[in-house]
Amino acid sequence: MAFHRITFNVNGELEQADIPSNMTLLKMLRENLALTGTKNGCAEGECGACTVLMNGEPVNSCLVLAVECDGAEIVTVEGLSHDEQLDAVQQAIIDAGGVQCGFCTPGILISARALLDRNPQPSEDDIQTALVGNLCRCTGYVRIIQGVQEAARI
Amino acid sequence: MVMEETNTRIPSPIGENKIRLDAREKVTGAALYADDIQFGSGLLHARVKRSPHPHARIITIDTSKAKALPGVKAVVTGEDYPGYIGLYLLDRHIFCRDKVRYVGDPVAGVAAKSEQIAEKALQLIDVEYEVLEPVLDPEAGVSPEAPLLHPDLEEYEVANFISPKPGTNISNHFKIRKGDVESVWDECEALVERKYRIPHIQHVPIEPHVAIAKVNETGEVTLWGSSQSPFAQRNLIAKSLGISQSDMRVIAPYVGGGFGSKAGVSMEALAVVIASQVKGRPVKLLLTREEEFYTAFVRQGLVAYFKMGCDANGRLLAMENKFFWDAGAYTEYGVNITRASGYSSSGPYEVPNVKTDSYCVYTNHPVGGPMRGFGMPEMHAGLEQCIDELAGDIDMDPVEFRRINCLKTGSVLVTGSKMHPIGLPQCLEKTADAIDWGSKAPPSAPNKKRGKGIALMWKAPAMPPNAGSSAWVELAEDGTLTVGVGGQDIGQGAFTVAAQMAAAALGVPYEWVRIATPVDTLYSPYEWQTVASRLTWSMGNAVVNAAKDARRQILDLVAEAWEEDPQNLDIVNGIAVSYKSEREIPLKDIAIYGLPKPDDQGWLGGPVRGRGNFMPSYITGLDPETGQGERAVVHYTTGAQAVELEVDLDTGRIEVLRAVSAFDVGRAINPELVEAQMEGGFVQGMSSALFESMQLKDGVMQNPSFVDYRIATSTDVPLDFENIIVEVPQDDGPWGARGIGEHSMVPTIPAIANAIYDAVGIRMEGPPFTAEKIYLAMLDAGIVK
Repeated sequence: MAFHRITFNVNGELEQADIPSNMTLLKMLRENLALTGTKNGCAEGECGACTVLMNGEPVNSCLVLAVECDGAEIVTVEGLSHDEQLDAVQQAIIDAGGVQCGFCTPGILISARALLDRNPQPSEDDIQTALVGNLCRCTGYVRIIQGVQEAARI
Repeated sequence: MVMEETNTRIPSPIGENKIRLDAREKVTGAALYADDIQFGSGLLHARVKRSPHPHARIITIDTSKAKALPGVKAVVTGEDYPGYIGLYLLDRHIFCRDKVRYVGDPVAGVAAKSEQIAEKALQLIDVEYEVLEPVLDPEAGVSPEAPLLHPDLEEYEVANFISPKPGTNISNHFKIRKGDVESVWDECEALVERKYRIPHIQHVPIEPHVAIAKVNETGEVTLWGSSQSPFAQRNLIAKSLGISQSDMRVIAPYVGGGFGSKAGVSMEALAVVIASQVKGRPVKLLLTREEEFYTAFVRQGLVAYFKMGCDANGRLLAMENKFFWDAGAYTEYGVNITRASGYSSSGPYEVPNVKTDSYCVYTNHPVGGPMRGFGMPEMHAGLEQCIDELAGDIDMDPVEFRRINCLKTGSVLVTGSKMHPIGLPQCLEKTADAIDWGSKAPPSAPNKKRGKGIALMWKAPAMPPNAGSSAWVELAEDGTLTVGVGGQDIGQGAFTVAAQMAAAALGVPYEWVRIATPVDTLYSPYEWQTVASRLTWSMGNAVVNAAKDARRQILDLVAEAWEEDPQNLDIVNGIAVSYKSEREIPLKDIAIYGLPKPDDQGWLGGPVRGRGNFMPSYITGLDPETGQGERAVVHYTTGAQAVELEVDLDTGRIEVLRAVSAFDVGRAINPELVEAQMEGGFVQGMSSALFESMQLKDGVMQNPSFVDYRIATSTDVPLDFENIIVEVPQDDGPWGARGIGEHSMVPTIPAIANAIYDAVGIRMEGPPFTAEKIYLAMLDAGIVK
């Protein structure tokens, strides 16, 4: 197996890693960098639990090869809050009661952040569409959608 | 929200919408799940070789090539593990020994340095099978001609309330014989006879099953896993391996969704057995999403026959029900689902004559396990549609029909016992009001039809009569409280509710309480399992008892030190106070070091640790021939749901526009968490009604991926929810509380089915009510051309 040295930015910090060709971004984040907030729910790009921002766009990190991240800027759920100050969408989802088991939560927060970055005043429809790739089995989505709406208001 | 008047003082923070204890760590990614634990480079990866046949005899297993593969550390088969495992009926081996009984049955396991090597090793294991005729339908399975799947059924160890029929494929037959149905059919003004078929579905927790096991040189086992049942796993795996329960330690961090699939033992024992061959090395077994779909527990299929009749005034006279549960190859919980559906088979109605036969049938399908609702969603799916049809047959409004027949306080239940105080009639009224029952809004477009439907439900915790809980509370130097529990937070908010109860019972602010996590059978107090919607009630009682015990210790200490009567003392906001002397002292000043004696010569007290437990003592058995008995269950939670929906005549697509839920939870400890359960349960129920079905063809699941097995997404859900909390207190619940976690998905399928009928006048044999099926049914009925 060929190894590659890549340099990339994760949550504002420069990282370097020697990774095999077939390693996914998800695996690199969880195993090499111990950033385990990003979850593995299906490993086939369907559940959205592994969503991270790559150069500002939400991606399923299970479908991105780590070698593609050379020079990229990655934001995971661990990078949403700064100096113990939660991101507005994190706080709003807590306040709306949109957290249950929490396993889909990191991916949902990243998708929501990406939505709010490109559309600061989304409609209910916009939010539902932005989250369609993030499966949640606990909440029924309602309180999550309300949380994202509230985050947009702040 | 509706409050029932009571005279009991409800202390803070009971009934308050406290923010979840775990919310912050879950939104920052800090919350630890089993797969997040870092084991370092010594970690080995396990994979499992599974049967490709639904039913076959194992002739030989050749593992030599796999063992020779570099990087492979162990290869395990059933040969060395003769023990049986199971919760109520010990009917399976950890790895198959003589036969395989479903597609996915584990025949060998590998531990290797990487997942890739383990996967490659699986391909090098040669298994020779003699294919046997399978059983693929539960009704066919009970016929005398059916192949016998468990010839050794007679020898299996079984709980005393389960009745297997050796020599058949019936692992449990539960009967109700109440009154005499035959004598009243002629008196009925209307009769409905229907057959329903409920497909297998999957729990689909977003976190797949994972277990990491390590066995040390002396045989002591540590198991980290995503688990609803750490203590049951300790007990069942230890028993199967013939080791002491004390040598088996289970550590269970946060669970990323359970819904029953992570209860009991599913795949965890595989990891333990594999790890026992590589002593000292942690071994991780993580199911792929495909494995998750059909090798973890699934919700059993059901073929149900209902016959029911009423008189001209709409009074239910009789019901005759036959349930054939498609339990799959083994029955971890299926036997008890069969029992629960039997003793609840009247639905939430008072019916004088009931005859029920509920059969748990072995088939060569995936293993049926407990799923949110424990048989009740499947049973209510048909029953609540028959109720609507019966009402229609005598030209009575379905709400009025339910008003007449639904259970009230003191009603005689199907098992002969009396209904405890119950708020079901209020749930019905409030639900009907909220959905504007009786009025019909015009559809949103000319190609759509609009309808409303309603359904009731009941469900009891289904568990052994002596399922117990325990808890402890400990004060730290600063007076804050740590609460030990063995129940698990699987998303429902159990830890938050436990903290609220401990705070209220002891007299400290909620913010001072934390829960000792992760649950660890070495340190945590015993809890039977996080199932049956029993934690708020059962574990809650244990927590309250532990907090009261700590409180008593503190008050006795203060009374002695201050030479006062404990009756005059209280703990308010973390401060011990005397209403007599008006002295006060913060708990932090006494929690660890005690207090000086009144004469200042020596000390009193010591570190405070309260202990409490709870176990129901009043459950009696049921007569095996009639299903009648004094008190079969601890209590029933009841409720109602109604929906408004539209059917698209061009496509058959159903859009649920509005959902109303009302449940009698006894007392809402945290109303927002109760409402969250109502919404989440409704959407899971709606998903099962509209989309979900495991397509099993010759025992092989055809759709084991999220592409082909669709669950509800953010774009499928109605945003118009109304959640109504009814509170008729439970006599032995903490502040009157009883469970709500599972109940919210019980009435959803029939509420939707009844609304579809209201909209377009069609009824289906069973869910899912997919656009395609609805469209074809409308075509058949001539509604569309």
